[in-house]
Parts: sequence; structure tokens; C-alpha cells
Amino acid sequence: MRQYWWKILCILLLLYTFIAGFLIDVPDIGNLNQTIRNLFFHVPMWFSQLVLITVSLVYSILYLRDPKPKYDLYAWQFTQTGTVLGCLGLLTGMIWANYTWGTPWNNDPKQLGVAIALLIYLAYFVLRNSMTDLDKRGRVAAVYNIFAYFIYIPMILILPRLVESLHPGGKGVEGNPGLNGGDLDPTMRTVFWPAVVGWSLLGVWMTTLYLRWKILEEKKHPL
Amino acid sequence: MARTQINHIWALVKKDFLLEIRQQYTFYGILLYIASTIFVLYLAMGQEPEDKVWNALFWMIQLFICINAVSKSFLAESKGRMLYFYTIAGARDFVLAKLLFNVLLMVIMSLVSLILFQLLLGNPVHNPLKFVGIVCLGGCSLSLVFTFLAAIAARAQQNAALMAIMGFPLIIPQVLLLMRIANTAFSDVIQSDLLKIVLMLVGLDIMVIALAVILFPFLWKD
Repeated sequence: MRQYWWKILCILLLLYTFIAGFLIDVPDIGNLNQTIRNLFFHVPMWFSQLVLITVSLVYSILYLRDPKPKYDLYAWQFTQTGTVLGCLGLLTGMIWANYTWGTPWNNDPKQLGVAIALLIYLAYFVLRNSMTDLDKRGRVAAVYNIFAYFIYIPMILILPRLVESLHPGGKGVEGNPGLNGGDLDPTMRTVFWPAVVGWSLLGVWMTTLYLRWKILEEKKHPL
Repeated sequence: MARTQINHIWALVKKDFLLEIRQQYTFYGILLYIASTIFVLYLAMGQEPEDKVWNALFWMIQLFICINAVSKSFLAESKGRMLYFYTIAGARDFVLAKLLFNVLLMVIMSLVSLILFQLLLGNPVHNPLKFVGIVCLGGCSLSLVFTFLAAIAARAQQNAALMAIMGFPLIIPQVLLLMRIANTAFSDVIQSDLLKIVLMLVGLDIMVIALAVILFPFLWKD
């Protein structure tokens, strides 16, 4: 049975994000002005990227426990959508940085983190596509995916301690005053968390559509 | 059980050393690689670089040395021999032996390149003993990550280029941490969180070993 309640939820949440995100009163903080609304688009994309690569990690572990081709396809596709959302997050972040910090690229640890994530997962695609044997491809790709994930997560925890950050909660002196990761304004929080869920669901939806297409294609042209 | 395991690992490491001594191909190959890279660097720089540049160059050269030193470790084994090791020693012992051997090899290579750096590019290091310690730790960290990636690349029947693609993004946390603590050896300034960073590095190393031990059997199952 195909469930569709969560797709409706996704649309509603994203509609809410777009409407409320542009209309609610936002706190006026320093040089951020109205660009603070980008928080509802830029940050949730990161969150959903993390969600998607975590889902992919779960499928990679499942594949190693029980090598069904389905799991390999799922793991691959979830990282792909995650990478797309990562690129979108990077773009929105760069536009935002251009207006508030002066330049699109500031060597900020979070920017570095996402650049590294993109490199890691692009390498994953290269690695996976370099093999033709299905069974071996699945296993090697899953092993790399798990290995990369467990290095990537400590990295995004360590990096901010080493490099000066402009992001809220960072070490830099020019960080946005008042807006810390911990004390997000209550009115903004009412839009922010629904936005996170909405974008994540959109990522899952995109992935399932692509997966259905892939599975149909494989049925039509069996190897 | 633990005893036989140690025996297995020891035997495999000894085998790698014997091969190295008899063939004398990889070892001298990498030595020559180190010498020529640093020599080219010396000619290209023309003068002694600043501390920061020295540090950055040193760790970058370590990265490339590590890729070259480690990449062959799994490709050299033929399929039949792999199967043989797999049946007599098991995948875990095999990967632990490879990790140990590569760590030793890389520590030697790091020290050699440190000596060459000192000779050709000047000596900005104020605290030599500390820096040697950091270099050894760095050699271990780099070789652990790249050994596992070499196993993946060998399985995918790919060359060292794929290893570099996979490895460079994954090695960044270690390299940044290493550069950070290496900087403390260039001046007499005492950095308070030195111990914390060293512990973080050791923690990362232990995690990489654990991941290698857990994941390697899946990689080599046929």
C-alpha cells in the first residue's frame, strides 16, 4: 500500500515555510536585516542533507548484513539526493554570505565542511560507477559509504574548533551577535523546525520517485 | 585465541618485511620518491620558506608519500595468495597485519623526509623532540586511513588516483589537527589544548582501526 499522507504533510509544511517564512516578523539583528529569512531555506537544507546521508548509511549497513540489490540502490540514491540538497544549501548559503559577510566564500568551517561532504560523496559516485560487477559494487560502495560517514561526522564536530567561524555559535568575533544556535528566536523557531521536516520529506519524496523509476527500468531491461 | 591471533599477525607482518627486504623495490622506490620530490621542492623554492609554508609543504608531501607507500600494499597480493591468507589467518588478522606494517613503513618514511626537509629547506623547528613525536603520530594517522582506502581501491581494481580522490577529503580532519599541533613546535609558545588535540587524533586513529577491522571482512568476501 502506497502511503501518501506524508507527501501531503510535506507540501503543507513547505507551503507554510514559504508563506510564513516571508511574512512573519523577524528579529532585527545587526547587518542581517531581512536576509535572516534565509535561515528557513539554507539551514534546513543542511539538516535534510544530513538526514538523507544518515538514511543512506542505514541502507549500506543493511546491505552488508543482507546483500539485496535493493538496499544498494537505496543507499546510492539517498546520497545522490543528499548531494543535490547539499549543493542547494551551499548556493543559498553563498548568496547569503555575499550580502552579510561580503564575499560568497569565507573559509568558514561550515562552508569547508560542506565542500568536504560534496567531495566525499562525489568520490563515492566515482567509486561506485567504476565497478561493473553488481555484487562487488554494492559491497565496496557500502563499505566506503560507512567509512566515509564515520569520518565525516567527527570532522564537522572538530572543524569548528580549529577554524574561526562567522556562523552563529562560532569562535569568530564577527559572528552574528544575538543569534546563537541555542537561542533561536521563538517566533523563528515556529517556522524553522517545520521547515527542517518539510525539506527532509521533500528529499525523501524525490528519492522515492527516482527509485521507483529505476526499479521499473530494471524490470523492463533485466540484466 | 588471542595468542594465535597475535602469532598470525606477527607472521604476516614478518612476511611483508621479508618481501620488502628481498625485493627492495617498494622501499627504495619510495625513498627515491621522497628524495626527488623534496629536491624539486628545494629547487622550486630557491630559499628557505617561512615557518607556515614549511609546515604546510611538509604535511602535503607526507600525504603524497603516504599514498605512494601504501597504495601497493593490497595490489601486490595475487588473488590466489589472498585466498590462502584468508583461509589460514582470517580477514581481521590480515588487515591488522597490513595496518601495522604500513604504520611502521610510514613512520620510517616520515622520519626520512623530515631529515631531508631539515637538510634542504632549513630548520624552523624550535622543539625538535616534540616535532619528531608529532611526525610519528602523523605518519600513523595518515597510513591508517590510506591503508583502508588502498584496500577499497584494490578491490575496485583502481589505481592510486582513485585513492587520492577518496582519501583527500577524508584525511582533512587529521591533517588540520596535525598542522595545528605541529605549529606549536615552531615557537616556544605553549598551547594549552595540545593534549586535547593529541587525544582527538589518537581517538580518530582508534576509530579508523575499529572501522577497518569491522568492515574489511565484508570487503574481501567472495
